[in-house]
Amino acid sequence: MVAPFEIVGREDFSDVTYLLEIFHPRMARAARPGQFVIVMGHDRGERIPLTLADFDPERGTVTLVVQAVGKTTMEMQARCVVGSSVHALVGPMGNPSEIGEARKVVCVGGGLGVAPVFPQARAYKRSGAYVIGVVGFRSRELMFWEDRFRSVCDEFIVCTDDGSEGIRGVVTAGIERALADHGDVDEVVAIGPPVMMKFCAEMTRPYGIRTVVSLNPVMVDGTGMCGGCRVRVGDRVRFACVEGPDFDAHAVDFDDLMARLRRFAASERAALERWQGSCRAGVGG
Amino acid sequence: MSTGPKKKKKKKTIRTISPDRTPMLEQDARVRARNFAEVACGYTLEGALREAERCLLCPDEPCVRGCPVEVDIPEFISKLTEKSVRGAYETITDTNLLPAICGRVCPQESQCEGVCTVGDTLEPVAIGRLERFVGDVAIAEGWQSVPYVEPSGFRVAIVGSGPAGMACAADMAKAGCEVTVYEAFHEPGGVLRYGIPDFRLPNEVIDAELEKLRALGVRFECNTLVGRLFTVEELLIEMGYEAVFVGTGAGAPTFMSIPGESLAGVLSANELLTRCNLMRARDFPDYDTPLQAGARVAVVGAGNTAMDAMRVCLRLGAAPVYCVYRRTRNEAPARAEELHHAEEEGIEFHWLTTPVEILGDGGLGVRAIRCQRMELGEPDESGRRRPVPVPDTEFEIEVDMVVYAIGTSANPILGQTSSLRLDQRGYIVADERLATSIAGVWAGGDIVTGAATVIEAMGAGREAAREMKAYLGLRDTDVVYLRERAGGVGKRFGIDVREHNYARVTA
Repeated sequence: MVAPFEIVGREDFSDVTYLLEIFHPRMARAARPGQFVIVMGHDRGERIPLTLADFDPERGTVTLVVQAVGKTTMEMQARCVVGSSVHALVGPMGNPSEIGEARKVVCVGGGLGVAPVFPQARAYKRSGAYVIGVVGFRSRELMFWEDRFRSVCDEFIVCTDDGSEGIRGVVTAGIERALADHGDVDEVVAIGPPVMMKFCAEMTRPYGIRTVVSLNPVMVDGTGMCGGCRVRVGDRVRFACVEGPDFDAHAVDFDDLMARLRRFAASERAALERWQGSCRAGVGG
Repeated sequence: MSTGPKKKKKKKTIRTISPDRTPMLEQDARVRARNFAEVACGYTLEGALREAERCLLCPDEPCVRGCPVEVDIPEFISKLTEKSVRGAYETITDTNLLPAICGRVCPQESQCEGVCTVGDTLEPVAIGRLERFVGDVAIAEGWQSVPYVEPSGFRVAIVGSGPAGMACAADMAKAGCEVTVYEAFHEPGGVLRYGIPDFRLPNEVIDAELEKLRALGVRFECNTLVGRLFTVEELLIEMGYEAVFVGTGAGAPTFMSIPGESLAGVLSANELLTRCNLMRARDFPDYDTPLQAGARVAVVGAGNTAMDAMRVCLRLGAAPVYCVYRRTRNEAPARAEELHHAEEEGIEFHWLTTPVEILGDGGLGVRAIRCQRMELGEPDESGRRRPVPVPDTEFEIEVDMVVYAIGTSANPILGQTSSLRLDQRGYIVADERLATSIAGVWAGGDIVTGAATVIEAMGAGREAAREMKAYLGLRDTDVVYLRERAGGVGKRFGIDVREHNYARVTA
């Protein structure tokens, strides 16, 4: 018998990036590319949104790739071992990505964004599209899922900031190469840090290629009730949790998104320092 | 009080009863504005008995008709005058399983107390306080009227564990159905849990009332977003439910589309309250959810949610806290007691005022809110006089946090994921019997009517339950044949004692 939300698999890609495979058969069946979940590590934890990196109806599991950047994600890194459970896991949330008629697609993942863009690349591949994968990492040591991602792509371009693998540079260099090689790209899907998505949008804007980004702003409920995730898209304010998370990259106000992501920066810093202090003192998790 | 043989009671008249309501002990305004403990401490037995004596037991019983769920108010008050709190509890729970909640959050002044006969000349009987007293005693004493109900074999799914869902669940469980309530949050209770703060409705009260539903056999499944994890149609077709009630509650908070709303210090009352109440951000960093509370706060709106938001901000340490509302105090939609408490606690009200811009501090934060004075013009469709801006009256209020509590729009999730018909504004279309466009699916509460009160949602949940029972071919256990009021033996727990499938089990 598996406990609710039990962690049945874990993989550490680096000091900060880790994969959790969580048992939830119903969610594994319902999930579609582009959707996200909200997780609470423990009963005093906060609710954090994470885009699904994979879902496997046969194994009855969903997969999350997490980067330990703050108190919550570092604590999860320390606590979430195989056999333990997270306190709460709700989803799939948000609208699934539209896997449309596009015949030639560039799927771009920057850093952690490689994980959530993978299900979309796979879905496009299964729909018969020609898929060009572009992944970007700071350096070769931080790469993960290379083989997995490559297996759903017709072409695969790696970019590293330090040039230790593939093209030296950020993902826009990879997109540039793909667009130079292929004049008939229908769509670009880009997931990664907001600033990366912003540059991807600027990169494709002159080409007029439909570009989709997945936004992950601060959320509480994730069901359209709190309004914390509001982002400016075009002239309108949209709620990413129920109207997204995918939006037209050329209409998203990324500066607004980045500013709103820093809303709780001071509290987050304080929480992290306190937690790290208690860890050193040997009291905390 | 006589201890001898029972004397015939003298008939009470408006001249013989106490002209003033029995006061309810409250925390001092200055003290309570800085803590999250409950504001109103409730009646003592003595106070409740004294207040119960003010009811004339008038033959009209306007109060019963004034109650959305038609609690037999004179009956429970007369039980109280006989010192039978248990009897009063049994009477209330015939129609309302959640007296400790309703006694606290119902707008009694516009319902039962608003039409009370005593209220024609004197202060009306404090029905809400008496109901709360009875509910609290029941919780303290652990009374649980758990009936044995023979299973009807039907399975019912309820979407949303707020007041509408709770009321519907109770009635369907009493009709012998196997009831599962789905909740998207990690804890059940809906707006009672995430919205209404502890100082108005303590969590223990919600827990106690939920426990009563569990005792009736109701199952709660949290962390379940219906529509996305499975659809409403799947509940009926694949998961084997014979009937579904949708009570998903209020939707997205409304903003005003004025400049500055993206600033970090601007948020909805829903977000503020959810962070503070459900996620316990007030205990940050012991709890992980942050809430950077403002030092000076403006709350836009004057409904119950606005009052809750203001009083939460006070308790988080803000001062001053302003209320900005475009109409006057008379039009404020908040419950009278909430407005009164907010005033006592030192909220500064800017009536006839509307925000026109939120000004930044140069970084991410808020420096001030620029407002404009309003005056009341001709009445609008709602019958209220329409506020009209007065030219050249702009002024600034210095604040670092702005909270919007000006209403909500429909939640889109079920519209996105099911064939439920929606109206133009996105609310679920339901007929006068709360049936939706899908056979076997009923809907009620805020997702149908737009923002309303807890008791109205409960009323809708009960109404839907009646219709669901009729649809399933279950006899309406609310209909009591051969009711004998005097002995109180006709109906127990809302069920005719002669029902063949019913036997009373008392805790």
